[in-house]
Amino acid sequence: MTANDFLQIGIFLVVLLLLIKPMGSYMAHVFADEPNRLTRIGAGFERLIYRICGIDAHEDMGWKHYAIAMLLFNVCGMVLVYAFQRLQGYLPLNPQHFPTLSPDLSINTAISFATNTNWQAYSGESTMSYLTQMAALAVQNFMSAATGIAVLIAVIRGFVRKTAKGIGNFWVDLTRTTLYVLMPVSFLLAMLLVSQGVIQNLKPYVDVPVVQTTTYANPVTDAAGNPVKDASGNPVTKPAQLTTETLPMGPAASQIAIKMLGTNGGGFFGANSAHPYENPTPFSNFLEMLAIFLIPGGLCLTFGEMVGDKRQGWAILATMLVIFIPLAIGVTAAEQAGNPILHTLSIDQHASGLQSGGNMEGKETRFGIAASSLFTAITTAASCGAVNNMHDSLTPLGGLVPMWLMQLGEVIFGGVGCGLYGMLAFAVVAVFIAGLMVGRTPEYLGKKIEAYEMKMASLAVLIPCALVVICTAIAVMTPAAVATVGNPGAHSFSEILYTVTSATNNNGSAFGGLSANIPFWNVMLSVCMFWARFTLAIAMLALAGSVAAKKHVPASAGTLPTHTPLFVTLLASVVVVVGALTFLPALALGPIAEYLMSAH
Amino acid sequence: MGRLIRNAVSMLLVMTVITGIAYPLVATGVAQVLFPHQANGSLIEKDGKPIGSELIGQNFDDPKYFWGRPSATTPQPYNGTASNGSNLGPANPSLHDQVQQRIDALRKADPGNTAPVPADLVTASGSGLDPEISPAAAQYQVARVARVRHLGVEQVQALVAKFTRGRQLGLLGEPRVNVLTLNLALDGMQHD
Repeated sequence: MTANDFLQIGIFLVVLLLLIKPMGSYMAHVFADEPNRLTRIGAGFERLIYRICGIDAHEDMGWKHYAIAMLLFNVCGMVLVYAFQRLQGYLPLNPQHFPTLSPDLSINTAISFATNTNWQAYSGESTMSYLTQMAALAVQNFMSAATGIAVLIAVIRGFVRKTAKGIGNFWVDLTRTTLYVLMPVSFLLAMLLVSQGVIQNLKPYVDVPVVQTTTYANPVTDAAGNPVKDASGNPVTKPAQLTTETLPMGPAASQIAIKMLGTNGGGFFGANSAHPYENPTPFSNFLEMLAIFLIPGGLCLTFGEMVGDKRQGWAILATMLVIFIPLAIGVTAAEQAGNPILHTLSIDQHASGLQSGGNMEGKETRFGIAASSLFTAITTAASCGAVNNMHDSLTPLGGLVPMWLMQLGEVIFGGVGCGLYGMLAFAVVAVFIAGLMVGRTPEYLGKKIEAYEMKMASLAVLIPCALVVICTAIAVMTPAAVATVGNPGAHSFSEILYTVTSATNNNGSAFGGLSANIPFWNVMLSVCMFWARFTLAIAMLALAGSVAAKKHVPASAGTLPTHTPLFVTLLASVVVVVGALTFLPALALGPIAEYLMSAH
Repeated sequence: MGRLIRNAVSMLLVMTVITGIAYPLVATGVAQVLFPHQANGSLIEKDGKPIGSELIGQNFDDPKYFWGRPSATTPQPYNGTASNGSNLGPANPSLHDQVQQRIDALRKADPGNTAPVPADLVTASGSGLDPEISPAAAQYQVARVARVRHLGVEQVQALVAKFTRGRQLGLLGEPRVNVLTLNLALDGMQHD
């Protein structure tokens, strides 16, 4: 690793910590039970929305009521996104005249965006009209993020309230998150991104003449549009002249801003944040990386403020950083070392003042190794899934890091809201384990942790793990799925494992060599995304409802303090041990086998 | 339950209007006023017509031009409507072979040059549209371009230096050279 690699990680962490402190307190104000200066400003507009929707904003919902409202709202969102895709050909704002999408792809995309996964089995610039992007996909970017934050706030209320029946009002939490947190910050970020060169217009694509015409091999297709193959099965091509280039256009910046901020990750274009119109400069890249961690990091501190002990928030944040920093350094070191199979060729992979060197396959020149590797660690630690380099071309160990970060359950920052409520499930497990050691009933934040809470926390921890392992096994036994891999050897297993891991943990990034747009993947991944997202949220709401009804127990000499370095170590160990025990065997067959074979 | 469904549907429609219609349209309006050049694709114009974008690379394989990053888009390289990387795994034999072919092509265009080729010049970019190469990759090509164009090496060096950008704000990202604007300037210099 070079000094520059360390410097780029360092600058990012310093600026991030400076930003999340004010962001955390701001959000604590947004979700305060009593009205304050901020919520009074928007009160008129909020009331108007509640009146239109027939909502009683003062209603305090029990956990079941809250969960049903959340689930209903998200299912309605899926139906609307499905409808937009299936009717796309008849709707306006479609200057490229893209046709209607297939039913299985439409279902997959609808569930993907409503679950904050943003797994994409399509390429935006050749599939989605501007209307579908704006009014279907970007709306879900906002709503899935707001849903995650709303559920988290309800879970925190469960710990704060004493002998209470309700945990808040879903509609109010959703509206306030959207109006006070997501919209203003997205707008500001969108304008900053445009200043760097991200496009924001409604124009049709622009054709330009190329400076130098080139000849390329164009595949021959038959009358039905299928590729023609020769006797040995290779596609038949004939030389063609390249004289013009088509530049894609569209309302990209507004969607990219919320895609980063809401940890959604669905690219406006196929290449996602590697595309020069989606992420044109190192500064836009820096902003996008900050935007991914801004809300998940800030929410840790919001949590501390809401439970009345800021140290609790810092302890959770410290746990996340303790795991994140070594893994970010790990992926950077692996990528900077370059690709061993190219060392025998006449190629210079060494870093110098004139080049970043390293494994540049799938990476953009402006980001080099440092800004690409850091982005990879951030986007998979948080369940964002935007990519600024192609993860499939990462070195074996460089590719292991993002896969494992997702397999930890997306709790190292994680998705907005859901990352922290996932981490709180781990915190409950951690105090339980500590309680077993000393033989006392465990407590967390003044609430007794009993059998019911442990069941819910265990479900939240184990459901994603089980889904990944089982569905990976199903995929490798299905010939249609195995046929979609894009690389030979151990890497083909890595592609399948990465795909299932990403969908189940609602990340959405991909080892893109795998061709995922077939009915098997579209359907199975839809099930993974939906099941993991909502069972986890409902389990945590049930836990919140249970602890909200309990009395507050004052801390005694036997209470384990949960703001100390000891607890940070314990919590980090629980997260790492669960992740390692579950996935080490699978990782050994994929990236670890590939590493050992290419390093011989 | 009936009331909850009505709440959910109307909330979804209200939010679609706010975040799916109002927000992107206002953002488009403000962006078009504040940053019209960037918002419309950072186009390079000649006689009022767009001839390219500063941000989207083009394919070059003529020895008189600087070559950019290899592009893995299909069917043609630098396909603006199908951005993508190669997605070749690190140990895939095809990756090894493709890099070897690219090294051979560079050697064929510049037989005397036996220096190792900078990594970014023979590996495909993530987007397939990368507009830039590293300063090392530009240096590797200076002598060839100067010879083919019958220009002095210092002249070409000066032009490369002019189109080289350092780390942004002195800290972020990597130094880089924009290939399309550099090649347009080369053509412009010889037309004058």
